Amino acid sequence: MTRNGTRPGHHTVVAIVEDKPGVLQRVAGLFRRRGFNIESLVVGHSEFEGLSRMTIIVDGASAPVEQVEKQLYKLVDVIKVSDLTNEDAITRELALLKVRCNNVNRHELLDIAGVFRADVVDMATNSLTLQVVGDEDKIDGLVKMCAPYGIRELSRTGTIAMTRGQKTTTVHEAEPEAIARVHQSQGRRVETKELPFSSD
Amino acid sequence: MVRMTGSQILLECLQREGATTIFGYPGGVVLPLYDTLPQFPAIRHVLVRHEQGASHMADGFARASGQVGVCLATSGPGATNLVTGIATSFLDSTPVVAITGNVARTLLGKDGFQEADITGITQPITKHNYLVMRAENIAMTVREAFHIARTGRPGPVHIDIPKDVFQEEAEFIWPEQINLRGYRPTTRGHAGMIRRAAEAINRAERPIIISGHGIIWGEATEELVELAEKAQIPVITTFLGIGGFPETNPLSYGFLGMHGMYHANMAADEADVVIGIGMRFDDRAMGRFNDFNPDATIVHIDIDPAEIGKNLPTAIPVVGDVKHVLPELAARLEPRARASWLGWIDGVREEHPSIEIRETRRLIPQEIIRTLYEETEGQATLVTGVGQHQMWAGQHYFYDSPRKLISSGGLGTMGFELPAAIGAQLGAPGAEIWAICGDGGFQMTMQELAVCVDERLPVKLAIMNNGYLGMVRQWQELFYDENFVSVAVTQPDFCKLAEAYGIRALRVETKAEVLPAIREARACAEPILIDFHVDQDENVWPMVPAGAALSETIEMPEKELAR
Repeated sequence: MTRNGTRPGHHTVVAIVEDKPGVLQRVAGLFRRRGFNIESLVVGHSEFEGLSRMTIIVDGASAPVEQVEKQLYKLVDVIKVSDLTNEDAITRELALLKVRCNNVNRHELLDIAGVFRADVVDMATNSLTLQVVGDEDKIDGLVKMCAPYGIRELSRTGTIAMTRGQKTTTVHEAEPEAIARVHQSQGRRVETKELPFSSD
Repeated sequence: MVRMTGSQILLECLQREGATTIFGYPGGVVLPLYDTLPQFPAIRHVLVRHEQGASHMADGFARASGQVGVCLATSGPGATNLVTGIATSFLDSTPVVAITGNVARTLLGKDGFQEADITGITQPITKHNYLVMRAENIAMTVREAFHIARTGRPGPVHIDIPKDVFQEEAEFIWPEQINLRGYRPTTRGHAGMIRRAAEAINRAERPIIISGHGIIWGEATEELVELAEKAQIPVITTFLGIGGFPETNPLSYGFLGMHGMYHANMAADEADVVIGIGMRFDDRAMGRFNDFNPDATIVHIDIDPAEIGKNLPTAIPVVGDVKHVLPELAARLEPRARASWLGWIDGVREEHPSIEIRETRRLIPQEIIRTLYEETEGQATLVTGVGQHQMWAGQHYFYDSPRKLISSGGLGTMGFELPAAIGAQLGAPGAEIWAICGDGGFQMTMQELAVCVDERLPVKLAIMNNGYLGMVRQWQELFYDENFVSVAVTQPDFCKLAEAYGIRALRVETKAEVLPAIREARACAEPILIDFHVDQDENVWPMVPAGAALSETIEMPEKELAR
């Protein structure tokens, strides 16, 4: 276990990619073709309009992470790749668990939820639904504790990651504006929200 | 501002990018584009007979001219027929822009007539691909596609355009600038790495350069010659690197690999510093990776960072354009005489000759290629298919400049020869183009003979006709206990076939007929075919068996020498 929650043998890779149709397929196709095993892959919007952020957990045994990074960089739609495995970083995953319970053991489950700082987001006569946020190990821990009661449904989001402190894995902050300006000068339709962005 | 249709914008942009030859085949969804074609008389459209031919022709055009080749096909089967040619370009890193039509936007994803998810199909075999959903985006897409295809490590780019986007009107704006934030090839080598590479080479007793296709596409032959001569480093090439370093230079030691020169393989195995330049340490060149010269320090210079360390552990990587890196490296190299090392390789070459033509009464392909070399004084361009004849064309013709050997190396595409030769002739109109064909591969794309006639191309077709899929037969003989399965190919009378197309044809069955036939072909200003009925049992030597190391190269066995 490294200090950021990445499991031994796994790598946490963050890719900033163009928010265009087909990008997910390009990345997934690359991993399939080169035989890199994906433990989890999460895509969502980034701080810039037009750019998405992917967090990919790769099984390091299937490929040297350096090859993974270089192959990702070869995709024209991939703008920046960072390996956070050995960085001081926050890694988080969210999970929803629907656990079987009854009047007798409900309080036990609520105790367990409390220990894991899980929220009860729904309750029925014979089940309750927990929402938990944490690194993979924490969620695994809660799952293990709930298993004896009977887990009716489990949904995990996969891991997202971010470096701690001043350091970022984002693209250079002046870039999107400059690029939007170029697009505009070329007569491309540019959404106004694509232009400036507030700095924090 | 000018309003134009998508078709007009596309053709205007192709013209501005310098693409004045397009290899294509019409069909339903590209009809609007073909309808517009006569408005652009400067663009020459070559009508192929099968779309695979179009993609190989675009590739051959690119390899002969150094320019981007362009091919065009309709949706569905037209598009899927391009795939083999696109994959061929991808594996050999040649700049091709492939354009396909697709069904109208409203029908996309509905499995309409002749719909194929062609961008999904070409995604892993292109450098990049596009589905253009608005006519206003065509101009920027074409600009980006040509830029991506021809810069960095070249490669094919595919553009898919739905039928109604060809018909849609938009303002035409020629984009002056391209800004691809995710695509910025590194061209300048890292100064510190170049210094380390120079130190390693200066210290080396037995350095060797393995130069590849990148020298040809980087147009760095002069820089390579200067570097090699200054530091007296012997140069061997990969198969696709042939011609990148003049084979007439005393420091040239031929090509290495599965059917490379014996001495080249031994030298690569004996070297203390191996300098790979514009190449990717492919398995066919290097033999078994684990046993490739484990003691050598590997210096790898290439424009694609992903090739560094992919197959072999690299001690000193230099990512950059060879055109920039080689002069910087050469400046740091000390002039040295390496007489004993060169003498060692010369000695191996003398003791183990790889490309001697043996005395025999049989009509053997090696001798035909050598005769062609002597007769053309090395000035012809050879375009080959894949198999035995391809290896002999590499071994027995000597190439003193780049772009003289055009061949499908990475993908190994049989049937490449005829269409690629047509493309090469159009890309280099003054060149003497010889398609060296196998009788198997020729039958895969021979319908393109019609294009030679249509376009009045003086392509010379030399079929090395041995009645077998020769390389497969060789493997069955050597590694499958002479269990010959599905390797004897029947064939039409190639001369009659050529004549049916209105192409002159000669049949050669004896040695005495070889030279007159070659002379007649050279004097012919039209397409001409020579059907060489060669010996059936010849094998290609030397050979590194699949999965063996370069040090395990086998030479021609005694019994074959005596034949």
